[in-house]
Amino acid sequence: MTPLVLTGFTATSCLGSGAGATLEALRATRSGLTSCAFEDVDINTWVGVVPDLDRATLTGPWRDFNCRNNRLAHKALAEDGFGEAVSAAVRRCGAERVGVFLGSSTSGILETEIAYRHLHPLTGALPPTFNYAGSHNMFSVAAFTRAVLGLEGPAVVVSTACSSSAKVFGAAARLIELGLIDAAVVGGVDSLCLTTLYGFQSLQLTAPRPCRPYAADRDGISIGEAAAFALLERPSDRDYDSSVMLLGVGESNDGYHLSTPHPDGLGARLAMQAALDSAGIAAADVGYVNLHGTGTLSNDSAESIAVCAVLDTRVPCSSTKGASGHALGAAGALEAVICALALQNGLVPGGANTEVVDPALAVNYMTRTRAAPLALALSNSFGFGGTNCSLVLGRRA
Amino acid sequence: MSNLVAYVSAIGVCGPGLVDWPSTEAVLSGRQPYVAAATVLPAPETLPPTERRRTGRVVRLALAAGLEAARRAGIDPARLPVVFASSGGDGDNCDSICRTLASTNRALSPTRFHNSVHNAPAGYWSIAAGAQVPTTTLCAYDASFGAGLLEALAQTATTRLETALVAYDLDYPEPLHAARPTSAPFGAALILTPTRGDGALVRLTARLGRGRPDRPRHAQLARLADSVPSAQSLVLLEAIALGQPATVNLGYLAPAVLSLEVAPCR
Repeated sequence: MTPLVLTGFTATSCLGSGAGATLEALRATRSGLTSCAFEDVDINTWVGVVPDLDRATLTGPWRDFNCRNNRLAHKALAEDGFGEAVSAAVRRCGAERVGVFLGSSTSGILETEIAYRHLHPLTGALPPTFNYAGSHNMFSVAAFTRAVLGLEGPAVVVSTACSSSAKVFGAAARLIELGLIDAAVVGGVDSLCLTTLYGFQSLQLTAPRPCRPYAADRDGISIGEAAAFALLERPSDRDYDSSVMLLGVGESNDGYHLSTPHPDGLGARLAMQAALDSAGIAAADVGYVNLHGTGTLSNDSAESIAVCAVLDTRVPCSSTKGASGHALGAAGALEAVICALALQNGLVPGGANTEVVDPALAVNYMTRTRAAPLALALSNSFGFGGTNCSLVLGRRA
Repeated sequence: MSNLVAYVSAIGVCGPGLVDWPSTEAVLSGRQPYVAAATVLPAPETLPPTERRRTGRVVRLALAAGLEAARRAGIDPARLPVVFASSGGDGDNCDSICRTLASTNRALSPTRFHNSVHNAPAGYWSIAAGAQVPTTTLCAYDASFGAGLLEALAQTATTRLETALVAYDLDYPEPLHAARPTSAPFGAALILTPTRGDGALVRLTARLGRGRPDRPRHAQLARLADSVPSAQSLVLLEAIALGQPATVNLGYLAPAVLSLEVAPCR
């Protein structure tokens, strides 16, 4: 693919609001996970919570969009001058030439879950405050982001479970390549809800302790919430603050099982190889892999096999989900921003929480962040339905 | 000059009173009257029995439309990238999960949970086909068909591969139906090819514009198109069925439309 510049990026998760707080947590290999006290959830697990979202009610023009997911998006969009970067793109290209491509897996489902506790006792109707388009529908966060940023270009939500906000980079790049748009806001937003907490519990995948990806004693995931955004534009002679580029996107399917990865990571291999091919780089050029690394037995085992099949086994790898939790539909964008921070600041992130790496997993797993120049990073995002997406990000020379 | 050009080589339809593409074409071209009837959702025979048992209406709907189109195009679904587009996904499953979570026993069934992802039909599709080629699943509220077609055209144009679009929507059970009154299950699938093959039906040339979306001329099907986002495809399918060159403004994100030049190939 034709490389694109990330002319702005930001992330908000349990690691903090904005790139600065996220970078600080990465440098310290710090985890933001806390014991689950979300709503009245009675599951013994840990979660990555963004504080104060309950109180950040959206009012005025954004009233119809008021839900936890859009409140998280709103909070994240206010960081790192992201809105200003988008405004500058609008001034250069026109509002109808800037697209919005966001990933989410559960949109504003928390508000629907709560509304179902308050059905009319006689008619069974939802309470009148329920807003289908503003909170429930999967497109809600893209409609909201488009409105907040004043954009009029194409917009879509990709909802492919945990690969959603990696795949948006591909969808945006296609429309830029075809000349339909000049810039794209890409990202992912997913927030805590009962569906995912009780759902992963039903699959016996919620870890009772903070998740420990790639550890010998790993026992499941910690669910997190996050919003992460990037602004993609064609490279030009113009000076950018950013030096990070999107170089490649690779997508594939397992075609194997709805909620279990192929044991040998066949789909994951195809996605990683397609991303390398898309970037036109050799496997040996990759300096860091941000693993999907959920902390489940099956994911980490299959992914390790896949990484070792495609890349040099010496390439430093880590999962940052021990720090952020698994942000599900926002994970791809969050981890792309983490890679961008690593490239820009010269560090190889280590995976928080993991002390003893599973000797059965052959990847070179880093448990501590170290400072080192980094030129090329690959980020994996795999999801239910057997959907896989890998991104290649690089630093401009 | 738009570079969003593709040929439609085959179509699949599954909707109320519309059992497949030939019967839909006959209604849209005026050769047959429209007879309203409940959507028939066939069991997906290509899925292994264990997987088939886990599928709800939405998977049957999406697979019926998609597999019909692939069959008519003579393409092995294993090598067909697919763009799935749905405004509402699986409302039955969502309703069931929300009722369980609002009850005193919140224990969910694992199958309910893994079926809750918007891309569940895409997942079952790739399992049924043994497909490792990419699929994606999109939503753009009322513009989901237009957004899906835009993505499928963009994939065809950039990869130069045959690509399918499968757009589908289910009617919601109450109480969600009152908030989103989608009237009936409807699915439509198109096989897009980058070059003109022997069986090409029409050439589509698309660009983003502004204007009012066109509605099907067929009065009953226009009402269906008004009440089911994926049935907005009927305005394009009608133009294809009528067999005349046409320009169709497909609903997108108002005031934007996806303006389609439809040029018959036979």
